[in-house]
Amino acid sequence: MPDTIFDVKNVSFAYEEAEENAVQDVSFSVPEGAFYAILGQNGSGKSTLAKLLNGLYLPTEGTVHVCGMDTADDKHTWDIRSSAGMVFQNPDNQIVATIVEDDVAFGLENIGVPAKEMPVRIEQALTDVGMLAFKERAPHTLSGGQKQRIAIAGILAMQPRAIIFDEATAMLDPQGRKEVFSAVERLNKEKNITVVWITHFMEEAARCQHVFIMENGKMVLEGAPKDIFSDPERLQKLRLDAPPVAGLAHRLRQSGMPLTDGILTVEEMVKEVSALCKSPSGK
Amino acid sequence: MLNDITLGQYYPVKSMVHSLDPRVKIVLLILALVTVFLPENMLLYIPIAAFILLTARLSNVPFKLLLKGIKPLRFILIFTVVLNVFFLPGETVWLEWEFIRITKEAVLTAIMFGIRLVLLVMFSSLLTLTTAPVALTDGLERLLSPLAKIRFPAHEMAMMMTIALRFIPTLLEEADKIMKAQSARGADFESGNLMARAKAMVPLLVPLFVSAFRRAGDLAMAMEARCYHGGKGRTRLHVLKMKRNDYLALLFMALLLAAVIVGNRFL
Repeated sequence: MPDTIFDVKNVSFAYEEAEENAVQDVSFSVPEGAFYAILGQNGSGKSTLAKLLNGLYLPTEGTVHVCGMDTADDKHTWDIRSSAGMVFQNPDNQIVATIVEDDVAFGLENIGVPAKEMPVRIEQALTDVGMLAFKERAPHTLSGGQKQRIAIAGILAMQPRAIIFDEATAMLDPQGRKEVFSAVERLNKEKNITVVWITHFMEEAARCQHVFIMENGKMVLEGAPKDIFSDPERLQKLRLDAPPVAGLAHRLRQSGMPLTDGILTVEEMVKEVSALCKSPSGK
Repeated sequence: MLNDITLGQYYPVKSMVHSLDPRVKIVLLILALVTVFLPENMLLYIPIAAFILLTARLSNVPFKLLLKGIKPLRFILIFTVVLNVFFLPGETVWLEWEFIRITKEAVLTAIMFGIRLVLLVMFSSLLTLTTAPVALTDGLERLLSPLAKIRFPAHEMAMMMTIALRFIPTLLEEADKIMKAQSARGADFESGNLMARAKAMVPLLVPLFVSAFRRAGDLAMAMEARCYHGGKGRTRLHVLKMKRNDYLALLFMALLLAAVIVGNRFL
């Protein structure tokens, strides 16, 4: 059994002066090496949940454990945040320094890594996100996707076990979104970094291992993307759209095409359809 | 407006002066400013001017750029010199007509004032031209860090300056965007008198401020998520270390200062 990285038990959270809970009685856990998505509309409480995961907010009820440490315990605050890093939505508002290299160093400086060790870690982190060539550039000269990858490098250098992405691609163009998502997929596969991917893009959630869907602060649905997206009517009730390809597959199936369940990406569709064409029973 | 964002007036080339420790350069500037105010005899400005010329030469910064720093000050310069010529007391009268009385001493002192001002500005520009703003804040932080004992927030101040430098281009870009958006809705930033134009800035400044505050909140959250908890127990990527050239530069400056003090005695 892999270690449990995030263990969330019956967590509720209310903002000061708010009447309703932003997060209502949520429980789930994330094992090491997983790539999980949390999906929801604006205001569904998913960003609040993200901030509960590394102690930026503390639950009003229930407990959150990160690598076995309770986020409510002051002693562990910095250990928790260096083992579970976080990448935010706005690429501009999370870069601190005027030079890429210095920004990646920021987290290391905060946790007191010796100066001698820093350059090695920075170089490795920048290589991992494919940004080594930009080491000495000023952040404002980079594109959105590049800035997000710098932000990821800043977290990676701290050698975390998990990274939480709080709508990290929401402000990027399609190119930047692809860049960032595939960099994260690679980190998950090659470095075994646990990923919690918070998003409202169905296409991205479809590529994760497991999806949680939130609405009005509650966890309303969870499961493998195949199961969740194969039922567009149920998703519609939650005011969510299935990825376009899944919707197409559903409609084709209804009109009699013998497609298997769980087609979510264009690649899967192409494979399935070309297999059908080749098979002797195909029309 | 945004074509060339240069932070400060840093002139990025490689040179002996650029590679000096920023702390040393700040101390050098302070010593240089003291030196500029000491001479009582005009002749003593010759070695100081020579020193500036030499440093400028070693720094690979075009001399024109150094002189450019004086340009915005030209009116103040002329004003000070002229005022001093007319109003300083003196004995050897060169010209007397109605209430105007110009003396040799006044003219000499006025010229000295002018020279001081020019040298002052040149020394300061030399520092900002050869030191990146981040290096400058870094040097300041470390020079002031002993003051942390009396609760002077040296680290916090340096961090604030760094963040301000980091966000200047971002906010400029945003101001440009807002300006275009408001122009598209018929806002007029360019015509009218001073009052009208100042008023026209309101629809630019309000959204800019709102967004700056939101950015500040976001940034604080991101910094906390990356374990920022003040200057305590913090290590640094760039370790400042005094090298041979740093000591040489300090020695050179000390010699100049001593020479000027001695010169004052004998001339």
